[in-house]
Amino acid sequence: MLKRISTLALAGLTAVTLAGCGGGGGGTGASGGGDGSITMGFSQVGAESGWRTANTKSVQESAKAAGITLKFSDAQQKQENQIKAIRSYIQQKVDVIAFSPVVESGWDTVLKEARNAKIPVILTDRAVDSKDTGLYKTFLGSDFVEEGRKAGKWLLEEYKSGTDPVNIVELQGTTGSAPANDRKAGFQEVIGGEAKFKIIASQTGDFTRAKGKEVMEAFLKAHPDIDVIYAHNDDMGLGAIEAIEGAGKVPGKDIKIITIDAVKDGMQALADGKINYIVECSPLLGPQLMDLAKKVVKGESVPARVVTEETTFTQEQAKAALPQRQY
Amino acid sequence: MRRLLWPLAVLAALILLNVAFSPGFLSIQMREGHLYGSLIDILRFGAPLILVSLGMTLVIATGGIDLSVGSVVAISGALACLQISEDASVFTAVVLALGLSVLLGAWNGFLVAGIGIQPIIATLILMVAGRGLAQLITDGQIITVNSPAYKLIGGGYLLTLPFGILLVLVVLGVTAFLTRRLALGMLIESVGGNAEASRLAGIRARGIIVMVYAFAALCAGVAGLMISSNVSSADGNNAGLWIELDAILAVVIGGTSLAGGRFSLGGTVVGALIIQTLTTTIYSVGVPPETTLLFKALVVAAVCLIQSPSFRDKVFRRRGTAAGPRPAAEEKVRVTA
Repeated sequence: MLKRISTLALAGLTAVTLAGCGGGGGGTGASGGGDGSITMGFSQVGAESGWRTANTKSVQESAKAAGITLKFSDAQQKQENQIKAIRSYIQQKVDVIAFSPVVESGWDTVLKEARNAKIPVILTDRAVDSKDTGLYKTFLGSDFVEEGRKAGKWLLEEYKSGTDPVNIVELQGTTGSAPANDRKAGFQEVIGGEAKFKIIASQTGDFTRAKGKEVMEAFLKAHPDIDVIYAHNDDMGLGAIEAIEGAGKVPGKDIKIITIDAVKDGMQALADGKINYIVECSPLLGPQLMDLAKKVVKGESVPARVVTEETTFTQEQAKAALPQRQY
Repeated sequence: MRRLLWPLAVLAALILLNVAFSPGFLSIQMREGHLYGSLIDILRFGAPLILVSLGMTLVIATGGIDLSVGSVVAISGALACLQISEDASVFTAVVLALGLSVLLGAWNGFLVAGIGIQPIIATLILMVAGRGLAQLITDGQIITVNSPAYKLIGGGYLLTLPFGILLVLVVLGVTAFLTRRLALGMLIESVGGNAEASRLAGIRARGIIVMVYAFAALCAGVAGLMISSNVSSADGNNAGLWIELDAILAVVIGGTSLAGGRFSLGGTVVGALIIQTLTTTIYSVGVPPETTLLFKALVVAAVCLIQSPSFRDKVFRRRGTAAGPRPAAEEKVRVTA
């Protein structure tokens, strides 16, 4: 009995596999035709945050607007899922592959397969560490160092008249992550030139509200004279605001707060005057991605690094921008 | 009480270290109508860990382990915040969240006692799946709520004291009464010593096991409410992440045997306070983030070693007989080992 079942199951599997192959072949005919339409295979990291969800939506909507057929897959934070997705895009002979790598390393083999199949690859949001940069056409994403610089520049401007020392505490992102390293470096680069700016404490808040609050509570007790907080993302800044309020101080006035990201909750706090300045890290890179895709499919040359169009927000700008904020 | 001597000494040493770095560490003031100071912070942020560790203590006393508490923390916070954001009353939200937590704990207990899966595997299932469930509830987003009543649980104050700490005191009092004044504690220890023998002696071992897992999940559920209420938001990805490991550590530091069969509630509380004080120490002393984990590891290793009688014997005996013949000392060690 058991044997019969397993035979049946095997037969069923074979049928599915065969059908799968057939489907792949059919797809080739459809998208490979010279009718000028573009098919893009996109492999997303997952849906771990509001930022990521907005990113996905932006890619899907702008593909529709640009008339590009989008084949979308969600890797659920796993590299093997992403490699599988890319291989299936290669088999389906899409015109261009775009993906946000879950991790930095281990992409050489599958990217070589794409190159052999003559399918151009665009990286979005996150980079890979391949030595052979010929494996992908371009990398579209935020420049985290520049974000740190923008935060530093606002601080220089804000305190340009005074000569008193400015005590800064820094809430870093997850230790070792690219945004944490780069945002720290960019900020340091700008304020390092002036002796009055002093980072008196710097600790990781793991990009979360809870940790941001906990670290800030300890900072407030250990350092009674904090002037400025620089948080590597909005969430840690929001946690710090609660800690400051608990200590009987006024966030945004007694202690100035600079954050990065500009998610909705952060923008709300900015509009309410609790945060002083936010540097945007935009997930809405869909339109730029579609432009690049059209160019690489036509064979036009594109720059190897394209920075997402991003801005910064003051409190007044936040009030104006808040109603249309998507994420 | 003697069992608590070393953990208490470590806690005192950590606090002294803090005082050396920032002299105002012990000062407690009134601010905004409540107590304010580093020691209060340790109690406030330590409250969820103490709760989770209390539940974990009883589970470990039965010879089990519960890896899923971190996920239950996330689920409970997520469900409560979702309910509140959909205009449910805080009471409904809390009851639903805690109800679901108990249900999840009972599921763990059923897998362990009913089906006989090893506890580490049985709870691993919920540890992994639970985080997914929390993300499903929050839709992968951070849910922000604005409810002063909900805020009270983890971030508010009652009679100038943090509400969370009062909650911990109540849970601790009830648990201590049930396990140390009534026979329940002895039954739990007996199940941990030998579940089969206990059953033959007329103890409902299965019922006890299901109960302790449900209790651990209930504690985790309350901790989840505290953590999410403290920041007025639920984060399915990060809330309670790795808290199960901190809780197990707190239990072990407190002198409860991982083999089961005996437990110390007081020890667990001190253990949890040591861990939270260590975290605060890292922030206030200014240990750079790159070395934080190493620093923690060194302190924890030292705490565990200093608590081990055979280690103390070895070190102190060596020192005492340093002038004497070495082979004799080594022979002694071999005998004790």
